[in-house]
Amino acid sequence: MLWNALTIAVREIRRNLLRGFLTVLGVVIGVAAVVIMVSLGQGATESVTSQVESLGSNLIMAIPGTGVGPSGGSAPGFRLSDAEEIAAGVSGVRAVAPLRMVGAKAVYLQEDWSTQAVGTTVDYFSVAGWAFAEGRPFTEAEFVGARPVCVLGNTVVSELFGQQDPVGARIRLKGLTCEVVGVLAAKGQGAMGQDQDSVVVLPLSTVQRRLAGRLGDRDVDRMMISARDGVSADRVVRDVTDVLRDRRGIRAGEDDDFSVLDTKEIADALSSTTKILTYLLGAVAAVSLLVGGIGIMNIMLVSVTERTREIGLRMSIGALPREVLLQFLVEALVLSLIGGLVGIVLALVVSYVLAQAMGIPYIIDPRINLVAFAFSAAVGVVFGYAPARRAARLDPIEALRFE
Amino acid sequence: MTSRAPIIQLRDVTKTYGAGSTAFRALNGIDLDIKAGEFVAIMGSSGSGKSTLMNILGCLDSPTSGRYLFAGCAVEGLSKEQRALIRRHYLGFVFQGYNLLARTSALENVELPLLYRGMSRGERREQARRALDAVGLLPWRHHASNELSGGQQQRVAVARAIATSPRVLFADEPTGNLDTKVSREVMELITDLNRTQGITAVMVTHEPEMAGYADRIVTVVDGTIASDSRRRGDGVESEVA
Ligand SMILES: Nc1ncnc2c1ncn2[C@@H]1O[C@H](COP(=O)(O)OP(=O)(O)OP(=O)(O)O)[C@@H](O)[C@H]1O
Ligand SMILES: [Mg+2]
Repeated sequence: MLWNALTIAVREIRRNLLRGFLTVLGVVIGVAAVVIMVSLGQGATESVTSQVESLGSNLIMAIPGTGVGPSGGSAPGFRLSDAEEIAAGVSGVRAVAPLRMVGAKAVYLQEDWSTQAVGTTVDYFSVAGWAFAEGRPFTEAEFVGARPVCVLGNTVVSELFGQQDPVGARIRLKGLTCEVVGVLAAKGQGAMGQDQDSVVVLPLSTVQRRLAGRLGDRDVDRMMISARDGVSADRVVRDVTDVLRDRRGIRAGEDDDFSVLDTKEIADALSSTTKILTYLLGAVAAVSLLVGGIGIMNIMLVSVTERTREIGLRMSIGALPREVLLQFLVEALVLSLIGGLVGIVLALVVSYVLAQAMGIPYIIDPRINLVAFAFSAAVGVVFGYAPARRAARLDPIEALRFE
Repeated sequence: MTSRAPIIQLRDVTKTYGAGSTAFRALNGIDLDIKAGEFVAIMGSSGSGKSTLMNILGCLDSPTSGRYLFAGCAVEGLSKEQRALIRRHYLGFVFQGYNLLARTSALENVELPLLYRGMSRGERREQARRALDAVGLLPWRHHASNELSGGQQQRVAVARAIATSPRVLFADEPTGNLDTKVSREVMELITDLNRTQGITAVMVTHEPEMAGYADRIVTVVDGTIASDSRRRGDGVESEVA
């Protein structure tokens, strides 16, 4: 009986391909949306992880507050002396770069560009892996003297100077005039899709005294620590934590009010955000699959009315109500399965193209394809039921007389 | 010929549509016997109850009261499903509108009732071809139904009705949509199937010429049988006792 229903349903679909296409369009789009969203999200997660990990396994971050992101706002910042003590006192540490970041508008003649001013030490360039395209880093003397000198990221150069040579020029940052001494080689997009080259690097002392809003500000927002080769990151994290607890006067038994993370932990923290986003997007897309199901129900209800005479004929030649029910259910199921398959193929193509365009890895996750496929089958059965039942309840005489 | 037992026996059958003040009695005490192998035409004016009678005979509907024995079995009390199974296994239908599946080949249309009998693919093909051959449309088997003329479509419908070798073939105004020439072809086809294959045929028509092809003419007036005449071999009509 099931095989029979399948034969009849497939013939019925073949008989009116356009109707079938319109019926499943919603499911095709719904399934494609789910699969595209999730696979792009997974690609983004993958790209975050791999970019952070490409920073090298010996990079460690110290951030006030616990957890990555805006949650750590209330904890006090670090001091330059924290960085100095870590550099001097923790044996596994190669160098420490304290960072103070201030949003600032950079102005050169008529051009301006909103960017990030980073105050740091000379070690920053090696710790963060910057190469110089032109010029030089600021010197120790310039650092100590809090001189108004700066090093520009590639984006800032192209926005302010175009093709001109910026080295030696003077730009204005929030009212501070400073001389450009060097240009950083481009790095491209960062782990979260931000432009890493939109940056102006200055001596920490210059930023603290002359750019930060408050007078006598000595805060440091975070520290980038690079461990010596061959030293376990875990040990350095532990030692740095001990030093910082001591310096911040945290007693035994009290919780840290700062985090020290190695690259793996940073990657995990960042990718957990994109993972949540992925599931959110997937859920939104799943709603469109649901709407696709309602589309199936809608068109099948119309088609039951349109096919009333056909149903009457089938019943008059001996089709049982439950066979008519089964026929319509199987029809809805077959259609939505085809829709699911087409949607998956469409999603594979579209997410490949989008992944290329967005420069993120192209990931095929069989699980999400399976789930979307199963979901489309469920949609077919659930939303095919009402029309099928309506068809099965028709009276053969009235159905045959239907105009 | 007269010794054969009736395949259809109606006893005091009534059919009432609606209830209460709007109730309408479409059939009012019908007694009718039809023997296997007969070709019966049911005539009458519009609204007299021909289709109602036909629907009951064809187990599409059940009578409000009275008895209906089909091949000796009482069918008046059967459920919808049981009636559907009787139609599936013993009856064939031809309607005024041909009711073929559009965009479907003649062969697949004829296969349809065989599909519901759960026949294997090979058997189905074979039997459908034989039925199409019987109505002279074998060369047209791969044409979609909407590519055929009205007369051809009705012949496909006849082939569909006889493909299952039914005990009785029911036809409600089979020539209602056809012109005279094509109507005659269809009538000759049904007559031929009745004569050569012994298929019992019951046909509703209001055209005396088409009724003339039948062995027996039952006339319905206001839900009762007003006359029932049988044509002898010599063409002379006589009243059935
Ligand atoms: N489903 C129904 N509900 C109510 N009344 C009905 C129904 N079907 C038929 N009738 C009534 O029963 C009477 C007989 O109808 P029937 O269809 O049997 O007539 P008929 O002889 O086939 O007429 P025609 O030649 O026009 O087809 C008519 O008066 C019709 O209005
Ligand atoms: Mg009628």
